[in-house]
Amino acid sequence: MVLRSGTEPQVQAQGLGSAKKGVHPWAAERLSAIALVPLMIWLVASMILLRGASYAAFLAWLRQPVSSWLMVLSLIAIFHHTALGLQVILEDYLHSALKVPAITTARLACFALCVAGILATIRIALMH
Amino acid sequence: MAEIIEFPRPKSPHLQNYRPQLTSVLSFANRVSGIALALAAVGLVAWLAAGASGAAAYGAFDSFLSSIIGRILLLVSTLALFFHLCGGIRHIAWDAVLGFELRSIYASGWAVIAATLLLTAATWIAAYLIRG
Repeated sequence: MVLRSGTEPQVQAQGLGSAKKGVHPWAAERLSAIALVPLMIWLVASMILLRGASYAAFLAWLRQPVSSWLMVLSLIAIFHHTALGLQVILEDYLHSALKVPAITTARLACFALCVAGILATIRIALMH
Repeated sequence: MAEIIEFPRPKSPHLQNYRPQLTSVLSFANRVSGIALALAAVGLVAWLAAGASGAAAYGAFDSFLSSIIGRILLLVSTLALFFHLCGGIRHIAWDAVLGFELRSIYASGWAVIAATLLLTAATWIAAYLIRG
């Protein structure tokens, strides 16, 4: 008779220890969080100044090299942080067969949106 | 052949059995605001894509943001952003083992709520002062 208490058999766990990779996503989430503090202050300040502005004023703002640069950095930091954060939430609350497809979808969506945002920023920067 | 007997894992009482506390409410709010900001990030990309498409698309997006629904979404996004930003700074401090005493945790929790409301109000007042 085999008793399964819901925990892994000790023999499987012994000597293996952790995968030693768990700290990487944790640290990456904090690194992107630190980057996002100044970037989001810049984005909010820019949007305050752009309120009710014309299309020409929007283009003039985003075409400035500093704005294009900060927007691309923001998009990378936002979607990197979002992918990591959503993955933690999905891992915590989804325990069905949906877990892996949901995490895969979230990560791919974040990557696709990040690229779309960067391309739009570059197109605006190169518009004439 | 071995007979397998399943003993289910013990389950802790359901979330609804606990009285809400500032600590648990803010922890949950951090996740909820993160999900809201993920949706706001989709809006940011849509705004940039509209800007890259031309004046008509940008104008349509801008008039949507000026509508009542657009303003509500912007207000919720502003609240979520400042809450997640201030809460994030609180989390970074905890990672550095700062402010872990119960008294500090409550003080920083209330400070996050106050800062969220103040920064959101300041942002909207400044935005309206720029152009009436």
